Amino acid sequence: MSFNLGFIGGGNMSTAIARGIIKNDNHPVSKIWVSGPRLHNLQHWKDWGANVTTNSGELVIQCDVVFIGVKPGVLSEAINDCLPTVTPSSKNVLFISMLAGTPIEQVHKVLKQLPIISNVIRILPNIPMTVGAGSCIYAIDNSITQEQCRLLENLLQGCGVVEKIPEKLMDSLGVLTGCGPAFIYIVIEALADGAVKEGVPRAMALRHAAQMVAGSGQMVLQSGKHPGLLKDEVCSPGGCTICGVTALENGKLR
Amino acid sequence: MKIGFIGGGKLAYALASGFISAGLAKADEITASCHPADLVSAEAFKKLGATTLFENQPVVERSEVVIVSVKPDVVVPALQDVKELAASKNKLFISVAMGVSTGTIEKVLPKEARVIRVMPNTPALVNEGAAALSRGSRATADDAKVAAQLFRAVGTCEEVPEYQMDAVTALSGSGPAYVYMLIESLADGGVRCGLPRDLALRLATQTTLGSAAMLRNGGHPAAMKDNVTSPGGSTAEGTYHLEKNGFRSAVIGAVMAATERCKVVNKLYQ
Repeated sequence: MSFNLGFIGGGNMSTAIARGIIKNDNHPVSKIWVSGPRLHNLQHWKDWGANVTTNSGELVIQCDVVFIGVKPGVLSEAINDCLPTVTPSSKNVLFISMLAGTPIEQVHKVLKQLPIISNVIRILPNIPMTVGAGSCIYAIDNSITQEQCRLLENLLQGCGVVEKIPEKLMDSLGVLTGCGPAFIYIVIEALADGAVKEGVPRAMALRHAAQMVAGSGQMVLQSGKHPGLLKDEVCSPGGCTICGVTALENGKLR
Repeated sequence: MKIGFIGGGKLAYALASGFISAGLAKADEITASCHPADLVSAEAFKKLGATTLFENQPVVERSEVVIVSVKPDVVVPALQDVKELAASKNKLFISVAMGVSTGTIEKVLPKEARVIRVMPNTPALVNEGAAALSRGSRATADDAKVAAQLFRAVGTCEEVPEYQMDAVTALSGSGPAYVYMLIESLADGGVRCGLPRDLALRLATQTTLGSAAMLRNGGHPAAMKDNVTSPGGSTAEGTYHLEKNGFRSAVIGAVMAATERCKVVNKLYQ
């Protein structure tokens, strides 16, 4: 698709999504735009070959699909900044809001200031989209068409799983998918710490901890078996695995 | 089958009733030796139509299979009574005494006698027992089959290698105690939340029974738990409270502690 794709705000999450898109060749990088207040923070976008600007309004009039990747608190300010540039004759935009905890209705309220027709899809992406193993859950309202949903899904295919959910689940499921990587990073690090304590070189320990976690996730996804059953399958009677499991239960991991 | 009980107490009575109901023995094929002071048990056996005595030797002479159901510390003395009998050779002795190994029993009986050890549990009294058996060094596969068949008259019966008996004792032997604690606590919780005691107890009991019954046809308990736990519902709240308070850890630890204690106590009977 040769529309122009924009990112208002080029921080960690926008970068992760863009990286996934570029890696999978889902969109020509020459047709990707990013805007932010400080150009030196956007150097990596320039290096990719994207169009970089400090003028969000310029980005909005150039692009058909725009990711809003600013912190929720600065949404109004970011949209205000667009007002001088965006005119009623500017094209309509499909905004993809990744503002955590910000309902579609609220994003609409702010976007109403712009003299164009804006549609909003709300997404909650996660960092592993960077490596094609991410989760992007999204919610829509009545004004969004199936085609627009497909456009989003096609754009993000290759970044991982993309799934439409009812908006009321965005917070609870979003915390799982969005914050979850941080929790798992702790687990990975702790597993590596344990192995190092038992004499394994750090780099080896870390690499295998990560691979094991990834593999376990794949087992749940691909086997269709209950994780409780998968756990049982690893725990031989009186063996070391069940010893470790007991220690986790004693530590109230659940 | 002619079956004898050395030690005709509560468990022996439950087994005898079970065998008769299952058609494995006729009442007049059953012989039990009771403690001279235990008139209640003797009466119960008589009511069944079985023969009761106060000596152990006739029990062995009159039976094809002998069940040793005296208290663990009485097993060796009781078997001393019968070890010189010709009838003790070539007989299957099944001991249900907790913590007494087949080795211990084999030592006191003639070398031709075969020994099987069974760990039953109290719900055998209502035909819902969970039993596990281990063969002694001379017991045959057929002996195991006979023993399993007998114990399946009052519940389930699995064969295990003898080294697993301590863990079995801690799980299915002691298990009813843990479950009674669960039932009582569920009832307490119900009362705390406004239910009359008798209702709370009946609900707690039937819920425990029913949950276990649902697992009889297979299925993983974790999956069964999920089936009851609707998103954001009250069950999720309740299970979360249990997790937070280390419920799983406590139960795992109970079985571990009981197993360890079994090992210690068993040394006393060796």
